[in-house]
Amino acid sequence: MLSRTASNLYWLSRYVERAECLARILDATYRLSALPQGYGSETNEWDSAIATAGSVISFKENYKEANERTVTEWLAFSPENPASIRNCLEIARTNARSVRTALTGEMWDAINSAWHELHRYDPKRITREEFTRFLNFVMETSVRFDGTSFRTMLRNDAYWFSRLGFLVERADATARILDVKYHVLLPREAQVGGPLDYFQWASILRSVSARTSYHWVYRDSVKPWLVADLLILNRQMPRSLASCYENINRYLDDLAQFYGRQGQAQRLARATASRLENGRMEDIFQSGLHEFITQFLIDNNRVGNAIGDQYLI
Amino acid sequence: MSSRTPSFFDEMRAPDGSVRPAYQQLAHWLDTVPKDVLDYRRKEAEFIFRRIGITFAVYGDAASTERLIPFDIIPRILNRGEWQKLSRGLEQRVKALNAYLHDAYNKREILRAGIVPEELIFGNPVFRPEMNGQQVPHNIYVMIAGIDVVRVDPDNFYVLEDNARVPSGVSYMLENREIMLRLFPELFIDHPVAPVENYADDLLATLKSVAPLTSSGDPTVVLMTPGIYNSAYYEHSFLADKLGCELVEGRDMFVKGDMLYMRTTEGPKRVDVIYRRVDDDFIDPLVFRPDSMLGVPGLMSVYQAGNVTLANAVGTGIADDKAVYSYMPDIIKFYLGEEPILKNVETYRCREPDQLKYVLENIDKLVVKEVHGSGGYGMLIGPAADKKTIEAFAAKVKAAPDGFIAQPTLALSTCPTFVEEGIAPRHVDLRPFVLTGRDKVRIVPGGLTRVALSKGSLVVNSSQGGGTKDTWVLDR
Repeated sequence: MLSRTASNLYWLSRYVERAECLARILDATYRLSALPQGYGSETNEWDSAIATAGSVISFKENYKEANERTVTEWLAFSPENPASIRNCLEIARTNARSVRTALTGEMWDAINSAWHELHRYDPKRITREEFTRFLNFVMETSVRFDGTSFRTMLRNDAYWFSRLGFLVERADATARILDVKYHVLLPREAQVGGPLDYFQWASILRSVSARTSYHWVYRDSVKPWLVADLLILNRQMPRSLASCYENINRYLDDLAQFYGRQGQAQRLARATASRLENGRMEDIFQSGLHEFITQFLIDNNRVGNAIGDQYLI
Repeated sequence: MSSRTPSFFDEMRAPDGSVRPAYQQLAHWLDTVPKDVLDYRRKEAEFIFRRIGITFAVYGDAASTERLIPFDIIPRILNRGEWQKLSRGLEQRVKALNAYLHDAYNKREILRAGIVPEELIFGNPVFRPEMNGQQVPHNIYVMIAGIDVVRVDPDNFYVLEDNARVPSGVSYMLENREIMLRLFPELFIDHPVAPVENYADDLLATLKSVAPLTSSGDPTVVLMTPGIYNSAYYEHSFLADKLGCELVEGRDMFVKGDMLYMRTTEGPKRVDVIYRRVDDDFIDPLVFRPDSMLGVPGLMSVYQAGNVTLANAVGTGIADDKAVYSYMPDIIKFYLGEEPILKNVETYRCREPDQLKYVLENIDKLVVKEVHGSGGYGMLIGPAADKKTIEAFAAKVKAAPDGFIAQPTLALSTCPTFVEEGIAPRHVDLRPFVLTGRDKVRIVPGGLTRVALSKGSLVVNSSQGGGTKDTWVLDR
């Protein structure tokens, strides 16, 4: 397969996943900001949303204040934000066009229809109600794209590259959410389960669509260390770091076997996966949740770069 | 200016209103099918086209970077006899083009015989000295040709233009058929329509047959595109998909030690045959335009070493411009010793004084074209132009007669077409695709029918509002 084709497939999935993550973050932020004063946190939720999306610096260059209007505009529609939902879907379609031949008709249809649909939303005139519809549309697009890949693609290198893009992006998104909110997950003697943080925890779960999953897994009320466990170590949870790496490992192994060669990407991914597999929440809390997540973001980036160096250029 | 209403040959109806045999069932169907059904299916066709993304780009048109070519749901029909004659003529024409190219870049016997003037070869800006004495596999230069033909009466097809560089449009031929099969399956029960879907297999066989002699085993064929911003990108990806070959851009390939490789996830892989949809000018910045970002530096050196085949070959432009066109009947006779089966539109070469005189005297009745113009630019349609325009153009011709040719206006045939006011005749042309390989010439029955959608218009170009039709060759 052409390296450029592999690269396009990888980034196509990454951008679709990124668009969905942004939609979920915005959705959760809307919920949180809609709570009466005193239920939310002392911090500005819109600031957190920008931080989670990883665009604090470029946002500050364009806006004075983070509020519903500015953050919505920046994360959902802004042409200046290279990673706005709109740009993610635009880039995804450009990538899809370049690799039409490597996509199934169904996948192309999912992306191409989404692109046509996208242009029906006018960011200047969008109402709150329409915006909710817009977010749903973005999440559905991702589900549809993902579903068509799963159901229609041959299980060969094209599929594995597409999966890898999706998983590396997903791991990154989950880790970012944890990175921004880690402080509310730290065990605190005094006010464990206090009403203030409860909604924060709920919001974290919502931003990774895991509210229901949480209850099925733990059969318990929402507790911060269990939220952390669910998103970091729990391999049943498809958005957890452990689950993402279990699969990254698997698809990298498929590639290595297919091409008959192991490389740096496989080695780095295996190391990260085994850290997650053998990790225990107590240890992570003890040595610092924040440090753990920061390190994970660095490691995940390295794996992404190694995949790039090894296959995509 | 005296104007008489020209009587056009209509493909469906004879002048007395009776329906020609090939169109019997279709005419009956058109009479009986409710108009809203046609309307609904037309909309459905458009929806499908947009969905699958069959679009083309119009350069300099930022607002709609991706447009649909209008598709007309009424097919254009040829019977077997008509097609057989046409395809024999096409094969003859392309054989002559290839022989001419081989001669022009080697012994130049045609010059010594005094059939064509020297300037026709050496004075041509697309003449490529790099190709002098260059051997190409099996002496085939034009593997893929698109020959534009028009019909003026029951018996005669005229060639309007030979396209021997990078002809496009074949994806529409294939997709139009798919759409028709999907929308009107019932029509195919009544009509024995010869299939076209084997085109991709024919193309692949053709491309593999011209692989370099140095390539081993199963040759690797790729399709080279300028990229997604090219107006025909959809076609490139469509064909690569059907061929089952990689769709490469210049940046995907590199030259090492007289060999051409593409970058793959498993490391470099040798490329043997390039079906290139990139013009000569852009394929190698070291030899042609140095500012080209679309090519591969060094590609020509690999080509000259005989380690890669380009389809079509470099330098085929000297065989398909408007100046050489007028010599085609003589070229066919010279190389094949045969009378041309397809007619040439009578062409006055302004380079010759007596012909120039005739052109200037009759300029209001003629179409005058720049030899190197294309896409309807730099031409004068005498009968449709006002006095001032004509005078200005005549002055241009007088100043540089070598750069112009003139032709009588052709009465292009019409075909029933579904337009706003209902079903009405519109002018059509036809571009069949001729594949030339080592073993044989392959032509799938049919081609791309282009239709001028506005009333009375003779311009079928998609950039100027033309549409397309499915083309049926009946197997009876």
